[in-house]
Amino acid sequence: MLASVNGNSSSSDWPGRYYHVDQVLDTPGPRTDPSFLAGDGVKDFLRNQCKILVIGAGGLGCEILANLALSGFKDIHVIDMDTIDISNLNRQFLFRPKDVGKPKAIVAAEFVMNRVPGVKVTPYYGKIQDKDEEYYMQFNLVICGLDSVEARRWINATLVNMVDPENPESLKPLIDGGTEGFKGQARVILPTITSCYECSLDMLNKQTAFPICTIANTPRLPEHCIEWASVLEWPRVFKDKKMDTDDPEHINWLYITALKRAKEFNIEGVTWSLTQGVVKNIIPAIASTNAIIAASCCNEAFKIATSSAAYLNNYFMLIGTEGVYSYTFEHEKRDDCPVCGGQTMDITISKDWTVDRLIEMLVERQDIQIKKPSLSTPTKQIYFQAPPQLEEATRPNLEKKVSELVPDGGEMTITATTLPFSLSLRVKYA
Amino acid sequence: MIKIWSMKKNEDQAAKKKPKTSAAQIRVQKDLTELELPSTMKTNFPDPADLLNFTLTITPDEGMYKGGAFTFSFNINTNYPHEPPKVKCTQTIYHPNIDLEGNVCLNILREDWKPVLNLNSVMVGLQYLFLEPNADDPLNKEAAEELRRNREQFMYNVKNSMRGANIKGVQYDKVLV
Repeated sequence: MLASVNGNSSSSDWPGRYYHVDQVLDTPGPRTDPSFLAGDGVKDFLRNQCKILVIGAGGLGCEILANLALSGFKDIHVIDMDTIDISNLNRQFLFRPKDVGKPKAIVAAEFVMNRVPGVKVTPYYGKIQDKDEEYYMQFNLVICGLDSVEARRWINATLVNMVDPENPESLKPLIDGGTEGFKGQARVILPTITSCYECSLDMLNKQTAFPICTIANTPRLPEHCIEWASVLEWPRVFKDKKMDTDDPEHINWLYITALKRAKEFNIEGVTWSLTQGVVKNIIPAIASTNAIIAASCCNEAFKIATSSAAYLNNYFMLIGTEGVYSYTFEHEKRDDCPVCGGQTMDITISKDWTVDRLIEMLVERQDIQIKKPSLSTPTKQIYFQAPPQLEEATRPNLEKKVSELVPDGGEMTITATTLPFSLSLRVKYA
Repeated sequence: MIKIWSMKKNEDQAAKKKPKTSAAQIRVQKDLTELELPSTMKTNFPDPADLLNFTLTITPDEGMYKGGAFTFSFNINTNYPHEPPKVKCTQTIYHPNIDLEGNVCLNILREDWKPVLNLNSVMVGLQYLFLEPNADDPLNKEAAEELRRNREQFMYNVKNSMRGANIKGVQYDKVLV
């Protein structure tokens, strides 16, 4: 069955190209969603219309791109802000020694397009934060193979904030994969519907932080010596010069300094790679963990894009440290999650109302039960009850009209001791 | 593509458009507006619009450090409350748990930090350092030794250092009010 192809490649799918995948797409099964369009309908969507974004072209990203391209996704975009390092070559198989130093996104895109006829991979060499909501709106699905908590929180918050109750197309499923040595996880996040990334932040392993007095005076481990060099000695020697953990000269200085200290205290174990590991928080990567997690993520992407089978709901954990163990469960959404939880209230007030009058109204309302609320907008503080200096600075706003400080349809964040977290208020003027 | 939208419960429809204020901003707003500081502690905001960078001045009214005014800088980053605020002492003072670069040895600032703690707990923790200096976790070894060996001498050194004296080659800042 030939299908026409989007993208700018002129080759079309040859007969039997997707024979295996089509076993799943040609007929519904006992658990397929009622909206599953078996046969040509779903194949047309998957191969001609679906647009998917892959964030990260590293350990997980390379696997994800290969899996998606071979499953039939034809329009793939990839973002990565890094360049290829020689240490990547043992597992990031879209790269070769000649590519060291080049941007990962661009090399990965080229490799996949050369290897899989008909697929279009559009790279972006830069940060996810460079792109705006309009960019992310064009995709049907987002898959992440990121390497930092910060980046995950950013994309999670961006996708949650993009959801517009009046536009069903604004809800973009996010599939997040992560690995650390022998452990990994894959999860499906439906922004504002299921638990989001921020809801589960407390599940993260705490970074080992050593007491500063141990580092300063009583080191016992090679890690203490390295922390001493980076946290205490660097600022003493270099004052305001910022430490760049990607600069081999800086790492070298840290290594030599830590080694000297280790000798002083008779501690063994300070090596160049341990120094790098401690300072950059590196956990060695294992190709097989990446392969398993990436496969799981792409499996979910396929199921969600085609509705051909029940998708993961919503957290898959893999622990391979002693054997192979996995656990799958539904992580619950938190009502007090700062990103996707919290109540939102719509109110309509007269455009002549002062901030003081608004506060009075909020305190009187029985359904929210607050006393002494503090208010702010994303760009400024409206009125803060404490501390004294901020109260004084914001007191003049009490007399001002709300309409002077908050635009029509704008949002305010209210905090108060009686509220479990915060309340979001959307203001319209009559 | 699955029809996800139909899964949204109807009541949620209007409610979920969230503001662009970051999670850290909201949490800092909550912490600051619920601060309950005694009269011995005052916050100072060089830029009232920037809630993430400010100073705290502690003027102990009892104990060995009575009479001094000690200023700490607070820098909160976007990972708050998952990461603790960065706190440093802005003056050179004589204290067993504060070194000459201003680093503060307080467990909740590093290894014992939990997101349930807040700015109030950090500030109270700092004040406690002035009421009960601790010789067991020293950042300033000489000061800790002095406290351990000869408490009278330690108290004398503290009073002297607050006046801006030079003790064993180190010039301390005058912090008397």
